[in-house]
Amino acid sequence: MSQQRHPLFMPLIFVGGLIFGFGLGFSHMARPEVVLNFLQFEDFGLLFVMGGAAVVTGLAFALVPRLRERAPLTGAAYGRRLKSFDRNVLIGGGIFGVGWGLSGICPGAAYASLGVGNVTILWAIAGMFVGAYAQGYWRSQRTAAETISAGAD
Amino acid sequence: MGPELIAPALYETLFPAGISRYAVGGLLVGLGAVVIYLGTGIAAGASTFLESTLSYVSDQSRFQRYRASRDWRVVFTLGIVAGAAIYALTFQSGLVSSGLYQSGTTGELREVGGFTIWLTDVQPWRLFLGGILVGIGTRIGKGCTSGHGVCGVGSASKTSIVGVITFLAVAIGTAQVVMALGVTP
Repeated sequence: MSQQRHPLFMPLIFVGGLIFGFGLGFSHMARPEVVLNFLQFEDFGLLFVMGGAAVVTGLAFALVPRLRERAPLTGAAYGRRLKSFDRNVLIGGGIFGVGWGLSGICPGAAYASLGVGNVTILWAIAGMFVGAYAQGYWRSQRTAAETISAGAD
Repeated sequence: MGPELIAPALYETLFPAGISRYAVGGLLVGLGAVVIYLGTGIAAGASTFLESTLSYVSDQSRFQRYRASRDWRVVFTLGIVAGAAIYALTFQSGLVSSGLYQSGTTGELREVGGFTIWLTDVQPWRLFLGGILVGIGTRIGKGCTSGHGVCGVGSASKTSIVGVITFLAVAIGTAQVVMALGVTP
């Protein structure tokens, strides 16, 4: 896919990001305080952000594959976002939940928060890179160790 | 679902800031994801950017597996930042107004060169420590609020629905404990 990309591929990704980020700003989900108010049961409006977004994607993911087989810019077959289930989903979800509940920030909202001028959010973005690096380093080492021990058998 | 269908006092309690800005914002978040899906077939999430971008500076295998998508993920993230900046230059700065939008009372608004920027009052240690856990958890858990919450739930993926229930329940518990301990903001 990276060999010969359609000239409109990157512009479309950017436009999609623009709409996505504008929505996060407009909804105030880019504000950690608003997320914390939701998690503390002081304002349930945030349900409409996640719910509204999931309804729109749900309609598209259900209808588009019936109307067209392949995406015009990549030739990729239209599918859904399905990931395999294992205990990592629960462990990772739990760790993410502690972080989200402590800070009120998730990745997409953090990028959008920077866009609304909230430079303080760089603390959270720096933390996310540290966390992503730590888990990636650990899992890469573990995979390498397993490969070596499997080879020795 | 409108205000007239439930008691006004209850509506005020549940939705003190109304629902329109949340619903409009949510529809736009979904629309952004759908625009990318329509053109490319990709159901994008925001947290993979963290690992794919680390592949530029680290040879670890966990990051290198995202090499093929790392350039467009940078563009997607820059789009999110720019989209939120367009919102800040228009609605947040008062250049454009709408009955669907309320400016809100959280955090601090500050004038900078004719535009209004918004700054959080949440303490840096909470953002940094929380950020570390978000970085670890979203990557181990195979997705975040956008990947699992928007695209995964939109795909009726059981894995994503379980993921969302897990992180939402734990986040509610954590935020309640933090509040009970008197940590504010």
